[in-house]
Amino acid sequence: MASTATVHQTKWWSGGKSPFNLEYGKLMMWYFLMSDAFTFGAFLISYGTVRFSQNFWPDPNVVFNAFPGAGHANLPLAFVSVMTFILIISSVTMVLAVHAGHNNDKKGVVKWLFWTIIGGLAFLSCQAWEWTHLLTGEHAALVNGHIELLPQTTSINPWGPLVDHSVAIDALKNSTPQVIARLVHEHDASHSLPHLLSLPKEELLGMVNTAELHVRQTGPVAFGGYFFGITGFHGFHVFSGVIINIIMLIMTQKDVFARRGHYLMIEKAGLYWHFVDLVWVFVFLCFYLI
Amino acid sequence: MEQQLMSPEMTFQHHTDDAEFKRRVRKTTILLSVITIFELAIGLTIYTIHKGENPSHLLVLMFKGMVCILTLAKAYYIVSVFMHLGDEIRNMIMTIVVPLMLFIWFITAFLIDGNSYKNLRNKYDSHFRESTSVEHKPAAKE
Repeated sequence: MASTATVHQTKWWSGGKSPFNLEYGKLMMWYFLMSDAFTFGAFLISYGTVRFSQNFWPDPNVVFNAFPGAGHANLPLAFVSVMTFILIISSVTMVLAVHAGHNNDKKGVVKWLFWTIIGGLAFLSCQAWEWTHLLTGEHAALVNGHIELLPQTTSINPWGPLVDHSVAIDALKNSTPQVIARLVHEHDASHSLPHLLSLPKEELLGMVNTAELHVRQTGPVAFGGYFFGITGFHGFHVFSGVIINIIMLIMTQKDVFARRGHYLMIEKAGLYWHFVDLVWVFVFLCFYLI
Repeated sequence: MEQQLMSPEMTFQHHTDDAEFKRRVRKTTILLSVITIFELAIGLTIYTIHKGENPSHLLVLMFKGMVCILTLAKAYYIVSVFMHLGDEIRNMIMTIVVPLMLFIWFITAFLIDGNSYKNLRNKYDSHFRESTSVEHKPAAKE
């Protein structure tokens, strides 16, 4: 009995065999990704803790309902699903690049890496648009009895509970003419904003479409910090992944891997890229779906 | 095309046949897309439930739980097929997966902690309770 155990052990540890049948670099990439998973996990869990400690949390379908070029149309989840599919597809092209590397197919590696980079850049562009939209938005919020037009930033959250209609009408009367002019302009573009700004407050009040007036209280401030912090950290991973993929593309073009005789470096870059997709799956879940 | 032994650190080469590989990648891509579409459908369902009068919190919670399970399925397919972890040696898989078990405690403990903080504040901090509670309208609450 004891001898069989020894035989089994020497089989794996006496040299000549690789216990994990993996090269060192790839194994270390796995362990790096595992530690990175804990970093992202800690961020998302702390977001969860703060969210669970609040009586109210904004509904993601209300916050993320814009689409480029669609104006004020209410399209919940539409844009983020585009971003999600971009990352899934770029993950697939990366799998194909790694597979082409297995077959020492330089042309295939170049082609699929190129599409992966395009996918990564497309995702980053989408994120840039979304951030800009949130940071420059103007949402009617009730502040100290009057209405203010607030963006979503790390210190302001305009997505609190909806204010009762009568309270909103009272708050409207206390608001500045500039705010009222913008509220009129939002639903009725037939007057130019400079023209509206020149009108007296009483006339502007009569022009506001009160049936369409949705005013919210300000919401939990932590929302912005977590959203921009975590999607920013993920976006930084996408960005560095794109840089790594570009370096891989240049090295492939210069025949570095062909001379080395293997394309294992593409596999490591591929692991990193898939991890970025994996993290997005969870960011998508935590910020946009639930 | 000829596959060669890639590195002295590898004892044997994983066999990947081209047709089999293509079939697996196609299957996984379709699976991930279908799961994502399902998730989006559930997300929109939650949205319509919230919009209605007297949203059922139990129903919303159930749908949210379903989305979480679907997300875990997606994560499994990405890691196992796209990252080829499923093709590695079992011992290697375990060195990755076993430490990740820490998340079970991590998530449970911290969500319970957040929830307990909310309950304590609602009990002892009446300003917090009155300024953040939304009883008078069917708005979203988590």
